[in-house]
Amino acid sequence: MDKKVLLITGIIVAALCLTARLFWLQIIDDHYKVSADNNALLYQTQYPARGEIKDRNGNVLVGNKTTYDIMVTPVDLEEFDTVDFCLTFHVDINDVRKKLKYYRENKRKIGYQTFTFIKQVSSSDYSHYAEKAYKFPGFYAISRTARIYPYNAGASLYGYINEADSAYLANNPEYRRGDYVGITGIERSYEDVLRGKKGYNIMVRDVHNRIRQSFKNGEYDVAAEPGKDLIASIDGPLQQYGEWLMKDKVGSIVAIEPSTGEILAIVSSPGLTVEDLSNIRKEYGRLATDPYKPMFNRAVMSAYPPGSVFKTVNALIGQQNGVITPDTKFSCSRGFYYAGGKMGCHGHRSPLNLRESIMMSCNAYYANVFRAIMRDPNHQPISDAFDHWKEQVQKFGIGVKLGSDFPSELQGNLPSTKTYDKIHGKGKWSAFNILSLAIGQGEVGATPMQIANLAAIIANKGYYIIPHLIRNAPDSLRRAKYTEKHWVGIDQQHFNPVIEGMYLAVNAPPGAGGTSRRAYIDDIVVCGKTGTAQNPHGRDNSVFMCFAPRENPKIAVCVYLENSGAGGTWAAPVASLVVEKYLRGEVKRTELEQMVAATNLKQFVPVKSKKR
Amino acid sequence: MMDGTSYSGSRRGRKVDFGLLLSYLFLVIFGWLNIYSAVYSEEHAFILDFSQRYGLQFIWVCISLGVAIILLYLINPRNFPPLTPVFYLAMLVLLAAVIFLGKEVNGSRSWFFIGSFGLQPAEFSKITTALLLSYIMSQYGFSLHNRKDAVKAALVVIVPILLILMEKETGSALVYIGLILVFYMEGLAGWVILLGIGLIAMFVITIALSPLTALVCAFSVCCIIRFVQNRSLVWILTAIAATVLMCFIPRLAQIEALGFLNSLKPEVWALIIMVPHLFFWLRDILAKRERPGGRYALISLAAAVLMVFSVNIIFDKVLQPHQKARIENLLGITEDLQGIGYNVHQSKIAIGSGGFTGKGFLNGTQTKYNFVPEQSTDFIFCTVGEEWGFLGCIVLLGVYIFLITRIIHLASKNSDAFTRIYGYCVASIFLMHVVINIGMTMGLLPVIGIPLPFLSYGGSGMMSFTILLFIFIRLDMERQNKDADF
Repeated sequence: MDKKVLLITGIIVAALCLTARLFWLQIIDDHYKVSADNNALLYQTQYPARGEIKDRNGNVLVGNKTTYDIMVTPVDLEEFDTVDFCLTFHVDINDVRKKLKYYRENKRKIGYQTFTFIKQVSSSDYSHYAEKAYKFPGFYAISRTARIYPYNAGASLYGYINEADSAYLANNPEYRRGDYVGITGIERSYEDVLRGKKGYNIMVRDVHNRIRQSFKNGEYDVAAEPGKDLIASIDGPLQQYGEWLMKDKVGSIVAIEPSTGEILAIVSSPGLTVEDLSNIRKEYGRLATDPYKPMFNRAVMSAYPPGSVFKTVNALIGQQNGVITPDTKFSCSRGFYYAGGKMGCHGHRSPLNLRESIMMSCNAYYANVFRAIMRDPNHQPISDAFDHWKEQVQKFGIGVKLGSDFPSELQGNLPSTKTYDKIHGKGKWSAFNILSLAIGQGEVGATPMQIANLAAIIANKGYYIIPHLIRNAPDSLRRAKYTEKHWVGIDQQHFNPVIEGMYLAVNAPPGAGGTSRRAYIDDIVVCGKTGTAQNPHGRDNSVFMCFAPRENPKIAVCVYLENSGAGGTWAAPVASLVVEKYLRGEVKRTELEQMVAATNLKQFVPVKSKKR
Repeated sequence: MMDGTSYSGSRRGRKVDFGLLLSYLFLVIFGWLNIYSAVYSEEHAFILDFSQRYGLQFIWVCISLGVAIILLYLINPRNFPPLTPVFYLAMLVLLAAVIFLGKEVNGSRSWFFIGSFGLQPAEFSKITTALLLSYIMSQYGFSLHNRKDAVKAALVVIVPILLILMEKETGSALVYIGLILVFYMEGLAGWVILLGIGLIAMFVITIALSPLTALVCAFSVCCIIRFVQNRSLVWILTAIAATVLMCFIPRLAQIEALGFLNSLKPEVWALIIMVPHLFFWLRDILAKRERPGGRYALISLAAAVLMVFSVNIIFDKVLQPHQKARIENLLGITEDLQGIGYNVHQSKIAIGSGGFTGKGFLNGTQTKYNFVPEQSTDFIFCTVGEEWGFLGCIVLLGVYIFLITRIIHLASKNSDAFTRIYGYCVASIFLMHVVINIGMTMGLLPVIGIPLPFLSYGGSGMMSFTILLFIFIRLDMERQNKDADF
């Protein structure tokens, strides 16, 4: 064989291999053409400004400010003055050196990638940097928005935003790495409204992301749509005032406008401050381990025994079921006696009718009412009566989630017949075994928001609108949900004796036996009901619910204070101050408010010290 | 001024080969235009802007043309042969010196800097090696079948390879491997080349698939060769049985009762299965009952087994980490488009996006915005691919193939052994550069940083390729003179 022929054949075969590859790359495979366009055209994301949150008076509660992320493309780095760099951005020089060392050592692995070097640089730091940016080749800045909280109140409501994590990205394909997303609170419930729509500018760029020019003069650019602003139902000054009153106390205030279900103020104490929220990344650890749990929103998450405020529910159900009338009287000799036990009561005149029983909060009266409900001949055996009662209670929004726009709202507790079958055995329990439910003790638990909602139901004489924080929900679904009247199934006339009782509790002349005298306000007719819930951990919890004015009520309030003693002592004055502040715009009883604000009730709250 | 015809009649019938000269001029000018495009920026649009690479390349081209003229008309390379050992030794000194005195560029020490101009001895040592190799092999009575002669010739190639490897210029060293084609043309048996290709295949299969697969392939191919040579039915049947058994080793090892199979690697078991065959095979060879083909097959098989079992050592110990990564990237074992695979990925995008006719001169987005690193040097073919398209690439490839085959053709016709062997050297060096470079830019071969002759930016390259080619053109003129004398 001629070696020359063989060699030339070999060369031609090699050339044909190269040609075949060329043919594949250039003629058959399309995706390299697309890649070249993607390479050269940069879809530069335009981040929309996140919607602001304003209060009902137009005060900005949650706003935006521009911050900058400093990006680095390690391959473009040249020697620079690290000390100057660190002083400009106020960062630790050791961190910077560590990162730079990493880039040097992983040059090949990193290639032409770009990383975020410093997050959330303030505008003032950025402007210092911008003047000498030329000294730091390889770095550039992109603008982002961060949240600010100009109004110093309500930090527990807003929630915070953070970069979407991998799990979130997996479930929400419309998000990209680096996008911010609401993690808790309103930011989370109204994420869809607040976030707006990203846009993009198409730029022609080179390999280092150095932008050379706009693509076709921006003809194909899409502008970012800013998020919609939300108007919260919160009354900023009232919220701030409530937080001030609650300092050094553990508990909640919830104030609702009864006719609309709008939440006017919602305080959970101890709670977050706006400073905590601004620096949530730094503060998170401390907040999460604080024994008073400032991140736990007691107003919607804590199921407390409602205590005597629950008597109003039994009074209404008893009337509706026809087992009592407003004139039904029961006697009380410092308690209610039954085979095997006694439910104690405080000293008051006897016998009492319905409105007096509310006014003086007689335990024996409600033991009788509850027994009558359980022995209702229309619903026997007792398990039927109990289920019927439970259904009626649930209509008041107790023991079920109300469906507010708090993502973290809990339902509270309401026992079922199963609970008692388990404790006592099936068919082996009677009204006496569950008598504590008559006075809101035992297995029943309600959140402060549910109690405030109960006050609103009484104020509205029979219905509620789901309590909510946002007035201008843009979608019809939420608009319908937060305007619908939920009737509780109690006829309107049955509310009158209860309201009368609550009126008397606050407004009866001193010495007449009203339990809520401390909630009395000159010129404002407050109707209220105290509650004192026994607490296995330390002093009693005190609760107070009220609404005002009596005619055409504007505000319904629940105050719940942990370990503060009898309901009338502390919860009633706090609630009345809130009512006065809202209805009058100012508080005339300055002495009272100073005393309330200065009182430390936190000291009575037992804290489990963590032993390590 | 370089038009060969203008001199054709003037000096005693000297005749420059027209085809080679035209190809050369085409490549140089086309290369210059592509460098202009690859480096192009609006601020420096003038093609003779000497602050830019295209301006500098123009200077290199001019100097190279000057050298070419000197080689054609002032120095007579016919007088070179006795001087070649001197050139060669001088170059070896330079190659060694640069290891200690050179400046480190991209991890290798292969550059001398005189002012701002760099000089790469490895580029020029191709010339001296080719010359000395031609001189030794063209001496009267030289034969590759003579062991002493063969070793001498091999050493001429191996010594510069070792020095260049010490400079960590693996790419340049690989080019010398191409000189095996010269040995082939001068009497080396063809099966050695095939064995070389086979061993590379073993290497790839071992890494990309598994050592067991590589062994099974090597064993079956060698057994088939032996069968074709000997036609022994018993042999081929037992060989098939052994092959099948080897294929099932991993499956068998999963059976609990045969758990002991896991104590050794599958390729070791495969080797154990092979042993009886190897024993009978070797016995036949020693008893001189084996045909030559069967003998070569057994040697090949032994080489393949050695290769398979030393792949890991080569891969981990001999190759540098980035070379290892490039091979893994090429074979699709790892994918890292932002890191090690970035160059090739961007280069493929550039070439692929060119389509049939290309985007047009200065219109490539990949080219214009510098997506491909090293685009004016090792990756210049991207620019051709993106801006001139499939057509442009075919023309360029065609010119290269014409140049190389023309050199081989002219060399083989030459009655002078020195000219002939030197021609083969030049052709194989060009062939290696072209195939490796273009193959690398298209992701067919691992990234090996060697320039594309006459196109890539760089003074050393331009000069050394020009000298390499024009010494041959000049030597070839002598033949034409002799022809004319007859």
